[in-house]
Amino acid sequence: MALLEVVTGPILAVQEFYLLAGRALRNMFREPHYSDDIVLQMDNIGVGSLPIVVMTGFFSGAVMALQLARALAQWGQTGKVGTAVSITLVRELGPALTSLMVAGRNASGMASEIGSMKVTEQIDAMRALGTDPIQKLVTPRLIATCVVLPLLTIIADFVGVFGGYVVAAGMLDVNGRQYWTSVWQALGWDDVTQGLLKPFVFAFVIALVGCYYGLRASGGTQGVGRATTQAMVAASVLIFVLTFFLTRIFTSQLVSAS
Amino acid sequence: MPRGTSSSVLLPDAPPPASAGVLRFEHVSVAFDDVPALQDVSFEVRQAETRIILGAAGSGKTVLLKTALGLVQPQSGSVHVFGQDITRMTEQQLFGIRSKLGMLFQESALFDSLTIEENVAYPLVNQKAIQCPIEDVSKRVREALRFVELEHTLSRFPSELSGGMRRRVAIARAVVTTPPLLLYDSPTAGLDPITAHTIMALIIKERDLSKIATLIVTHRYQDGALMANFRYNPDNGKLEPARGVGNNITRTTKFLVLREGRLVFEGTQAELEASTDAYISKFRKQSGG
Ligand SMILES: Nc1ncnc2c1ncn2[C@@H]1O[C@H](COP(=O)(O)OP(=O)(O)OP(=O)(O)O)[C@@H](O)[C@H]1O
Ligand SMILES: [Mg+2]
Repeated sequence: MALLEVVTGPILAVQEFYLLAGRALRNMFREPHYSDDIVLQMDNIGVGSLPIVVMTGFFSGAVMALQLARALAQWGQTGKVGTAVSITLVRELGPALTSLMVAGRNASGMASEIGSMKVTEQIDAMRALGTDPIQKLVTPRLIATCVVLPLLTIIADFVGVFGGYVVAAGMLDVNGRQYWTSVWQALGWDDVTQGLLKPFVFAFVIALVGCYYGLRASGGTQGVGRATTQAMVAASVLIFVLTFFLTRIFTSQLVSAS
Repeated sequence: MPRGTSSSVLLPDAPPPASAGVLRFEHVSVAFDDVPALQDVSFEVRQAETRIILGAAGSGKTVLLKTALGLVQPQSGSVHVFGQDITRMTEQQLFGIRSKLGMLFQESALFDSLTIEENVAYPLVNQKAIQCPIEDVSKRVREALRFVELEHTLSRFPSELSGGMRRRVAIARAVVTTPPLLLYDSPTAGLDPITAHTIMALIIKERDLSKIATLIVTHRYQDGALMANFRYNPDNGKLEPARGVGNNITRTTKFLVLREGRLVFEGTQAELEASTDAYISKFRKQSGG
């Protein structure tokens, strides 16, 4: 019995998660639409996360420039630092770091908000009073995250490249014009596609994982705390795992295309 | 408060025969992860009747009310609300049925992020079957809040009210749609005797003004005794003993006692007082007089 539960527990959880994902997606095309909630969530996720996303973007760009300049100096290619910074940022670090920040802030936020509604019977009250909690709570968060996270990533990319510029021009004596030229020349369409598709996928992970743990919360305020931590951990780990697989898909495509 | 036309809240495909029970449980069993919460529960409530549900903590009282609303799915047995079997309904179909039920949740369950006015308006605005014209919403919200004497709190948030006030707002939210069946989960728990009496008076008032069916979960035997023996006098706005001729109330008010998910008693107050069962008589002793 106990052994069986070890196996069935995670399977049931995954099944439940897929059910939630399916219903949240289906509700996107179904009345009623709670557009007020979507706007509210966009404001919360987008505007609310802007400061930390800008900070992490700027400093990760700056750190990349410092590190890569040292490596490039071995071949006397310090001038190529713009290329290295822009590619690593746009392809990997921009999407991953932005998503991790938003996961830390919003996946946990969603889990605690929905979790406290769950343990105080507000979710039951919602159902009793004629609203589908998935339609009212999950779908707006999913839509808002999907719209906002790619935008935040673009901002983080720009600020990061700018951070690289500040370091390159200010500390490494790289010519500013040369830096920006190497940035633009380095980026191709596939980098941009990859850099925007990733946050879009991560947006699903953040919103659905946050809402899933929130809706599953039980056992009073303690349960809400547990759900909050679990949501953040699960979302962050999933982002790392998915980054690997998405990068794998993109790089293999490039290899087969060339 | 004035009642709306009941036809507006009924599903078009569900003409309820006048004699049909409002709520009927047939051998209902509910379990959470194989731990039973309700076992083989059967009872019936008709129009204008009252059921007082007693039972120890964890005996399944809340689960019983949630099953009646279709919030919890029974493992076996069936639940009929206004003649319709809700056991195999989809959530969308259930929304139609639920608009005919009002529920007071144990912890009030007001929405934290909404004002009192928005909370009470919520069922009017969100229940499709209610079809309340948008210009009437504010008027009906005020009426419902006046009913619980909290009209002045419209723009406040639930967190700014006391527990007893929140309970009364939640009652206003439950009755604002004038549902023909009301479920109250522990309306007096944790309240001082005066507030508790005020709330019981509201519940009796709602029952007697609109002849609706009432299910009430309580820990206090005197709440049940009050429901079984008093009626609301609309002339002076007070409760008065329902003695004498045509006293239906005592007859149509029955007590249900739950023990570990099983219905161990169903009967009138007199029958409850006559019971010699140790568990059942415990509930009448706590009344203290
Ligand atoms: N959502 C749930 N998940 C798992 N178990 C539950 C759930 N809801 C209720 N239970 C269990 O069902 C049993 C009955 O719970 P219920 O809430 O109906 O008790 P109650 O009679 O209302 O008690 P109280 O007087 O304390 O409110 C309890 O053992 C409880 O742990
Ligand atoms: Mg309870």
